[in-house]
Amino acid sequence: MSESLSALLYLVAAICFIMALRGLSSPETARGGNIFGIVGMVIAILTTLASPEVVSYWLIVIGIVIGGAVGAYIARQIQMTALPQLVAAFHSLVGLAAVCVAAAAFAAPEAYGIGIRGAIHPASLVEMAIGLTIGAITFTGSIVAFAKLQGLVSGRPLTFAGQHPINLALGILLIALIVLFVMTESSGLFLLLVLLSLAFGFLLIVPIGGADMPVVISMLNSYSGWAACGIGFTLSNSLLIITGALVGSSGAILSYIMCKGMNRSIINVILGGFGTEGGAAPAGAGAGDRLVKSGSAEDAAFILKNAGSVIIVPGYGMAVAQAQHALREMADILKKDGVKVSYAIHPVAGRMPGHMNVLLAEANVPYDEVFELDEINRDFASTDVAFVIGANDVTNPAAKTDPTSPIYGMPILDVERAKTVLFVKRSMASGYAGVENELFYRDNTMMLFGDAKKMCEEIVKALE
Amino acid sequence: MADPASLGQRAGELAGEAGALARNLDALSQQLALSTQQAAHAGTPFVFELTIFALAVFVGYYVVWRVTPALHSPLMSVTNAISSVIIVGALIAAGPFGLGFAKLMGFVAVILAAVNIFGGFIVTQRMLQMFQRKK
Repeated sequence: MSESLSALLYLVAAICFIMALRGLSSPETARGGNIFGIVGMVIAILTTLASPEVVSYWLIVIGIVIGGAVGAYIARQIQMTALPQLVAAFHSLVGLAAVCVAAAAFAAPEAYGIGIRGAIHPASLVEMAIGLTIGAITFTGSIVAFAKLQGLVSGRPLTFAGQHPINLALGILLIALIVLFVMTESSGLFLLLVLLSLAFGFLLIVPIGGADMPVVISMLNSYSGWAACGIGFTLSNSLLIITGALVGSSGAILSYIMCKGMNRSIINVILGGFGTEGGAAPAGAGAGDRLVKSGSAEDAAFILKNAGSVIIVPGYGMAVAQAQHALREMADILKKDGVKVSYAIHPVAGRMPGHMNVLLAEANVPYDEVFELDEINRDFASTDVAFVIGANDVTNPAAKTDPTSPIYGMPILDVERAKTVLFVKRSMASGYAGVENELFYRDNTMMLFGDAKKMCEEIVKALE
Repeated sequence: MADPASLGQRAGELAGEAGALARNLDALSQQLALSTQQAAHAGTPFVFELTIFALAVFVGYYVVWRVTPALHSPLMSVTNAISSVIIVGALIAAGPFGLGFAKLMGFVAVILAAVNIFGGFIVTQRMLQMFQRKK
């Protein structure tokens, strides 16, 4: 295949990828977009296989069969609640693949036309080093994120003395190593660069708490794109550059949206140490001696049945308890009784962007009943019941009223404006921010203590 | 009076020198062409690639802002799948005959990227299937 023909086909593939992202602007066009993505990928792979550099196919076929079988199996088996860790794991693979390709390009530069061993073009060396570094950081960073999301390690931020100076020193050392590597082209430095980048990725994500994972996942998503981009520059492959840039900017935008949803800067999130995952009930003044009104499933059923409108606010607790199906059953019964039911989603609810939307969709909740914060927030004032299930901080009015609160300034769902607020929670424990929610003590609040799924099932029973 | 024989000899020598000069010139111009080509290879493609990169970032920026927040999870998984287009680099590494370090690295990268491509697109499809309009 001639060079210009393959360049043309790569362009077609790149356009397919853009169309894949474009399709996601609405649920109707999204599936078509995904098909575009698949077509683009097939074109890209076939074009490369037909290029004169590729002459031996057996190893490639074996690789694709093994990888494809594993990927397809995992993707079919995975539970929708485990989606965040799956995405984190996939990111790590892109990072590692980038490292491998960089190593291959370093060992056999002739194959890519970037010079010969010992005399690789300096520009290619710079690009290679950058792609390699970002790839390695993505790899270990994503593994840490995966371990935290999967619960293999505690989601609590791990901090130690001198953490930030160490990271800073490591970052500077990495840059110096890249310069040295470009000047000497030594394999020892290449290896050192890989090892240090791996360590850096690990140290970078370790201090970030479980509830900041939506930002971390988006950030790693972005990194995996930039890594692909760096490799694209090394190999002078426009398709890789375009795709990497698309993915990189996509991840960056998601990180920005997530940070805005928490009113925190990206720097603040990266520095980490925020939050105490599943912290115990705050001890001391105020906590023990204030009265909360707690109710049973029957009480809740009674209130819900007599309401004209209900807004359901799901959070990570719903995902943990796998309560989405029971919740939808409950909503179905209410709708049959003429109650207007809608769902309000906070941007950072759950562990990845859009996590709650996927879970509700999985439970067959029609997507036109599900609203984003901006769309629904003013409706709370005219709503009879706000049904908060597994969410806490995103409803805490302290974010609006208390400048000393760690979550001050974060946009919240105004559930307190509803006539009655029902909180489904396992205990009085505070949310990830470690702040108490004064809503629990209000007169129009009723706490429903228990597992989210069991509670929904009991309410369903009581309604029937 | 110079004899015609020596004159002829000198003419022959001159012609030979001229030929050598011409060959030299030819070699020189070839070298020059090669070095400008190399210079062009080092300089211009990078600017060209940077142009592509910058434009692609802008395309990405505008396309992604239009994605509805409800579909942010599928957005992540589909971007994940398409970033595995890095398999292109892996295929070239795994493509030559024989066995070597580069080929082995290429093979590993092909496996990793393939997991991602199949896994990413399938899981995205599964998610999007759930967002179908319910009757």
